[in-house]
Amino acid sequence: MPLIKDGEVVADVWMHAGDEGPLPPDQPVTVPLARWQRERASLLARSAPLGIRLTSDQLAPEIGADAGHFAVIVLVFPSFRDGRPYSTARLLRERYGFRGELRASGDVLRDQLLFMQRCGIDAFDIADKAATAEAWRQAMAEISVFYQPASDQRVPVTRLRHRARAAE
Amino acid sequence: MYTYDAFDETFVTERVAQFRDQVARRLSGELTEDQFRPLRLMNGLYLQLHAYMLRVAIPYGTLTSIQLRRLAHIARRYDKGYGHFTTRQNIQYNWPALKDTPDILADLAEVGMHAIQTSGNCIRNVTADQFAGAAAGEIEDPRIWAEIIRQWSTLHPEFSFLPRKFKIAVTASPNDRAAIAVHDIGLKMVRDQHGEVGFTVYVGGGMGRTPFIGKEIRAFLPKAHLLSYLEAVLRVYNQHGRRDNMFKSRIKILVHEIGADAFRERVETEWAAIKDGPVELPAEELARIAEQFAPPAFETLAAVAPEFEMRRFEDRAFARWARANLFPHRQPGYAIVNLSLKPEGEPPGDASAEQMDAVADLADRFGFGDIRVTHEQNLVLPHVRQKDLYELWQALLPLGLATPNIGTVTDIIACPGLDYCSLANARSINVAEDITRRFSDLDRAHDLGELKIKISGCINACGHHHVGHIGILGVDKKGEEHYQITLGGDATETASIGEIVGPAFSAARIVDAVETVVTTYVGHRAPGERFLDTYRRIGMKPFKDSLYATH
Ligand code: SF4
Repeated sequence: MPLIKDGEVVADVWMHAGDEGPLPPDQPVTVPLARWQRERASLLARSAPLGIRLTSDQLAPEIGADAGHFAVIVLVFPSFRDGRPYSTARLLRERYGFRGELRASGDVLRDQLLFMQRCGIDAFDIADKAATAEAWRQAMAEISVFYQPASDQRVPVTRLRHRARAAE
Repeated sequence: MYTYDAFDETFVTERVAQFRDQVARRLSGELTEDQFRPLRLMNGLYLQLHAYMLRVAIPYGTLTSIQLRRLAHIARRYDKGYGHFTTRQNIQYNWPALKDTPDILADLAEVGMHAIQTSGNCIRNVTADQFAGAAAGEIEDPRIWAEIIRQWSTLHPEFSFLPRKFKIAVTASPNDRAAIAVHDIGLKMVRDQHGEVGFTVYVGGGMGRTPFIGKEIRAFLPKAHLLSYLEAVLRVYNQHGRRDNMFKSRIKILVHEIGADAFRERVETEWAAIKDGPVELPAEELARIAEQFAPPAFETLAAVAPEFEMRRFEDRAFARWARANLFPHRQPGYAIVNLSLKPEGEPPGDASAEQMDAVADLADRFGFGDIRVTHEQNLVLPHVRQKDLYELWQALLPLGLATPNIGTVTDIIACPGLDYCSLANARSINVAEDITRRFSDLDRAHDLGELKIKISGCINACGHHHVGHIGILGVDKKGEEHYQITLGGDATETASIGEIVGPAFSAARIVDAVETVVTTYVGHRAPGERFLDTYRRIGMKPFKDSLYATH
């Protein structure tokens, strides 16, 4: 499954570890929330970067205060219909100030990429094997007008309209 | 009326291009029906029993004559010459070809319309009082706020995959014509004791298999905070609404399961964190939208036009129509005119392309080009001079749009039912048609007064049967169409859910049963008492007794 980050297809350098089992000493790993809660001290003692994976029912407050410990937070969409990770993403960015990589994984489809990106997700583990950087750019460019602020930097029309007026 | 600016135009044009590409991918076989399904649903395109159905949004039920003419054009060119106005103040086309749908959306975009968010688990088309800007006693035009909500909710990145669909209604009048009590969020404009304007917020109303009246979760929300508060409600719902069972996924179940107090607390906590943040609407944007709903250039007229009075005196048929179909206007010398889409023996809410064109012309001639669609599936010309009413009525007669039955027993709401809908247990349109035939005597219908019959073909309740004074629900009894009757429902400011009266009736007996209910009412009513009030006074028993009496 291609990983797209900053608009390019990149290799996934992370090892996604299970609930138990040994961790490689110097490779970046992500762990499920339960393991983080159980092995917090030993995970923090490692020298390699640490990431966490949240299922869709694990909401932002569960790790909000710890967000600074993670280089990557993976939000898993069990189905594209499960919209909880959108709220998780926004809260991590806007309320808990998470600045690391926010990655969507699972049932991640081209037609949801723009919504995800607007909610602050910046890496996409796309379900479609044929996903390319070009398709990603297209998905970002299809719509250029936005009606509400979110976690992205786009200025909503509610403000753009009046900037245009003020400049006249 | 809100007119698209360059930003809005760019947006709908981009959406059409996007959908054109998706349809091309489907037609070439690149996308399977399974992959295409969520994409078409984002643009209101359903697959029904026999064909595709396209649902076009009519935000808060307001149309210009230009838009209505375009809807007529679409009916003529891409459908079988008619359209169907729905209980969501939308219009549905039942026979478009898939290959034509991008062109239909392009035609709509040209007049500032679209089909976005008319389906799917997102914030649906926002509805409002159909008499907005015309009714007396209104605090502000509720469409200002409905338009603000429409824009805020359009392709909302966080709330496009909610547990289930989400419906918001706004009213600004003490008489609730928008059925806010049975919406996911109902907003009622109010003034607090200092004269400040805001909203009372109701959450968790709804119909379907578990009907609820919405709970008040905030008595007064200052209007400047509407968007942050809505965002808080939606965020709580998006995170905590049930996703394990489709039948329990509406917000009403969440509110019911955790309780209104706990729900309120969660919303208040979330709201405290985002209040006064970037989501609040800038004051200059509020002003820009509000000014587009400024009243039209009314003339200064006497409260009563003598021509109107005289015609009413001379022409009994006109007087009858005036009594049933007119509503008082706040501007002296004007009237609100209801055009009934419920003629005897026709499917409720259907309008032909010719009728739509003619209404658009009449709106230009008599009513500032303004047309409304009601959730009770009729049309409205909101601003007509009293002195023009007779001429207007005469023009409506040959069009079949002057049936004098608004609010009466034949002004029935019915869902598409088994004729179109794959979920239906029973037909609903033919029951409506049969009832209109049974009560076709206008004097009798008028004598019965306000009596709302609402019919749904299954428990999804698209025909709002739970809030019908008489509700009729299609059920399946060993493979046969049967109909269950509920009594005492009400969608207005005195909202209540109807109660089931007893075992269902066969298709052959349902119209007789309705008539029995009606005669029982007539036998018990006090002078001038409405059906609903009689029912509330005497209760279920007399109706039950006469319906199930052993002969
Ligand atoms: S109430 Fe049932 S039958 Fe009627 S339109 Fe809705 S889903 Fe279909």
